[in-house]
Amino acid sequence: MPKVNLNLTEVPIREKRLGSITGFAGTAGDLVNCSNSGCLKDGTRSFSQCMGCSSGNAFCQLSMIRDAAMVNHAPVGCAGDFFGFNFVYRVGQMERDLPPAIGRYFNTNIEEMDTVFGALSKLEKTIRLAYDRVKPNAIFVTTSCASGIIGEDVESVTDRMTNELGIPVVNCVCEGFRSKIWTSGFDAAYHSIVRKIVKPPQKRTNKVNIINFWGSDVFSKLLNRLGYEANYVVPFSTVSQLETISEAAATIQICPTLGTYMGAALEQVYGVPEIKAPMAYGLAGTDAWMRELGRVLDCEDEIEEIILEERAAVLPKLEEYRAKLKGTTCYLTAGSAHGHALIALLSELGIEVQGAAIFHHDPIYDNESTAADMLDHTVKTYGDIKGYNVCNKQAYELVNILNRVRPDLMIARHGGMTLWGAKLGIPTLLIGDEHFSWGYQGLLNYAERILETLDNREFVTNLAKHSSMPYTKWWLEQDPYTFLGGNTHVEAY
Amino acid sequence: MSKLIEQPRYSCALGVQQTVIAIQRAVPIVHAGPGCSTKIHGLLGQGEGYAGGSTIPCTNSSESEVVFGGEKKLRGVIDGAFKVIDADLFVVLTGCTSDIVGDDVGQVTREFQNLGKPIVFAETGGFKSNNYVSHDLIIKAIVEQYVDRYAPAKGEVIPGLVNVFASIPYQDPYWIGNLQEIKRLLTGIGLTPNILFGPESGGVEEWLTVPQAEFNIVVSAWPGLKSAKLLKRKYGTPFYHFPYLPVGGVETGRFLREVAAFGASLDREKAEKFIADEERKFYTHIERTADFMLEFRYGIPRVFYTILDATYAVGFSKYLLNELGIIPADVQYIVDDTPEQYREGIREQFRRISGRRSASVEFSVDGGEIQENIRKTSPKQRALILGSGWERDLAVDIGADLLPVSVPITYRLVLNCGYAGYNGGLRLIEDIYDRVLGTYR
Repeated sequence: MPKVNLNLTEVPIREKRLGSITGFAGTAGDLVNCSNSGCLKDGTRSFSQCMGCSSGNAFCQLSMIRDAAMVNHAPVGCAGDFFGFNFVYRVGQMERDLPPAIGRYFNTNIEEMDTVFGALSKLEKTIRLAYDRVKPNAIFVTTSCASGIIGEDVESVTDRMTNELGIPVVNCVCEGFRSKIWTSGFDAAYHSIVRKIVKPPQKRTNKVNIINFWGSDVFSKLLNRLGYEANYVVPFSTVSQLETISEAAATIQICPTLGTYMGAALEQVYGVPEIKAPMAYGLAGTDAWMRELGRVLDCEDEIEEIILEERAAVLPKLEEYRAKLKGTTCYLTAGSAHGHALIALLSELGIEVQGAAIFHHDPIYDNESTAADMLDHTVKTYGDIKGYNVCNKQAYELVNILNRVRPDLMIARHGGMTLWGAKLGIPTLLIGDEHFSWGYQGLLNYAERILETLDNREFVTNLAKHSSMPYTKWWLEQDPYTFLGGNTHVEAY
Repeated sequence: MSKLIEQPRYSCALGVQQTVIAIQRAVPIVHAGPGCSTKIHGLLGQGEGYAGGSTIPCTNSSESEVVFGGEKKLRGVIDGAFKVIDADLFVVLTGCTSDIVGDDVGQVTREFQNLGKPIVFAETGGFKSNNYVSHDLIIKAIVEQYVDRYAPAKGEVIPGLVNVFASIPYQDPYWIGNLQEIKRLLTGIGLTPNILFGPESGGVEEWLTVPQAEFNIVVSAWPGLKSAKLLKRKYGTPFYHFPYLPVGGVETGRFLREVAAFGASLDREKAEKFIADEERKFYTHIERTADFMLEFRYGIPRVFYTILDATYAVGFSKYLLNELGIIPADVQYIVDDTPEQYREGIREQFRRISGRRSASVEFSVDGGEIQENIRKTSPKQRALILGSGWERDLAVDIGADLLPVSVPITYRLVLNCGYAGYNGGLRLIEDIYDRVLGTYR
């Protein structure tokens, strides 16, 4: 059953659409088996720490469209992430040689009286003012818990303003309380783009859409050689660029946790084929991914050549790194698909992955391809991961586990987590650029950074000596999953 | 003035979770949607401290709590927090979700209070106010629900003991340094200050002596006043109000002399000796570098803009004009959504900013609007902007030097830097001219 329905104002959340979960403790193999047999159950925690919410993830994509403005229909606190995303946006401009520009983000400042009488006129006023100040080519409106609970009919305003201003004014429904899985916000952003910005294709182009965050350009070289052109979406796109992504030859997603909905939407609605393969991390995954790309773009022979070349270029160095890293143990915490990819990558380097705390689990992606199941691929290729924990960023569980496992190295993908490794004196690494470890060269990049981190332990050793621990002794002695229970059944998908 | 906000410079009522974190070994428990805490931490604060950031216990309200109520979930999270987190005081804070659906958070908290647990609550749904306003709400909650209950000797006044309400932690990025200097100064004139927040305070133990103060000191345009009035009502503690941040020789001297005059138990002679000694040291530096300020021939700022909260805007303006000779631009901007009743007092401060000069002031919460105005009227002289990270492009475009003082500061890492008092005044000169001189090749 196709997952994409553009007639809906809001995209169904991942829990409902994909059967995604945020609570699980076991092995990676168990999780894959449960996922594949459709008997996955979610666990809920009776104690929890703060997470992120959909509105942040929606904003993270939409806020960097270069000629659009954002209106956040919310109390001012929800705009707390504006500057953080503006900062990321500006760093990305530097890296891509774009002129410096500030993010144009507006907050409607919902106050107490507005929760009683409604705030739609405020929203309308804010949209109009954003238009006057920025003269954008589109305006995206993101919703909030407050606007959602008081039942604001945002769509009526965005429709009216689209007519009045003559540019798309697009409703993006992403209230924080709607989903436990904050990546639902990506889906909300893409739903609004595919629904209201993307136009039906007039022709096919040689462009390949790459759904990504703000990482470095690793695709142009490969695609140019194959006669195609990389088209990075959504950050740093323009509105007119987004209008024509339906004409692309294919869609690549740098991470299915990010791009599952957009990839499927473009394929299901406009027939743009999506590359459905494991992510290009580790040799086996990269081979499989490259071959799928070759098949879709109809250049299988060239791909085989490239695979041979690249393997020959990296293998000797890889052997060297493997020898150095032999016997190293690692604990990992990351978002879903990228976490699976990092497990593959670490295994490829000969590092023993002792366990992983992964923020959520999608039993299937919107493209419904089993070939694209990265965890399945990783387990099959490299073997099971014993301490596999699906945990939506619960630092208390992580600290408990790290305190037991005491790995040689901790790798984190998200902010707020590295501290706990370091406080225990464990060298800890966070890499922001998700393209850094991509492909054959990515293995070497990562190995180098890991060796550097392992070698650099003075700071963490001293920090550990002088750190306080906000967790009780009692807690550190408990089973890490003490508060995980419930096993709420997830609807079959 | 528009109510909408481009470029926010403060948070919502729940932003006060950062006030709680600033009390040693106090931890917020947030009953709100899943993203609130993280967004607040993203704007207010660099680093999570003892148990802020990703450590904050939170119910992460979801659809089911919105539909069926979240009291049960909250009970579970509070119960877990007592087991898992090693803290002296927990403060339950509500967000938009729980306040709109009307969870009885007071009832849930009281169940734990009745068991003798150190826990208080406050309604801080984001739409209710902002973190400048709710800062006083939290102090009230702690005083009424915790201090009142556990303070050992409420009736006994300790001569020389003062409570200081001077800075909103994290909203003031320099709160640690400012409180450190204020504590040093007040100690210097012979007082024993309860500084209440940060590493210079004695944590929850110190809060328990709040009712015993001889008098209270508010160093702020308006936040903190409600707390001082509350303590006056409750314990009859008088308070002294200094309505801006004292920076540099003139204003710090004025502040300390007025405090010394207010406190009955103080040895004024000793206090005056301390002030004289501090002034001597401070002005040695000014005198030593005055030739630089007079002679540097390649251009230093001659006019300044403040885009700051009222406490900072007045304090910095007085110092820059009276002690550094930089002149206020026609309009100064105040971005803290100052309640109407305090605005006239602040205008008056600007009206008599020096013996011979006045400046006009505009209150706006919309940074985009402020920037548009400044671009339209940008001065001929080299300008200095005391604003936030949002002013980065504006400064480049009008050729101004920018010192980020207001959140989001982002382009600076702040440890114990502060701009209050004598030391802060010197530090401010260093930081301004560091940026100015850094522009020469």
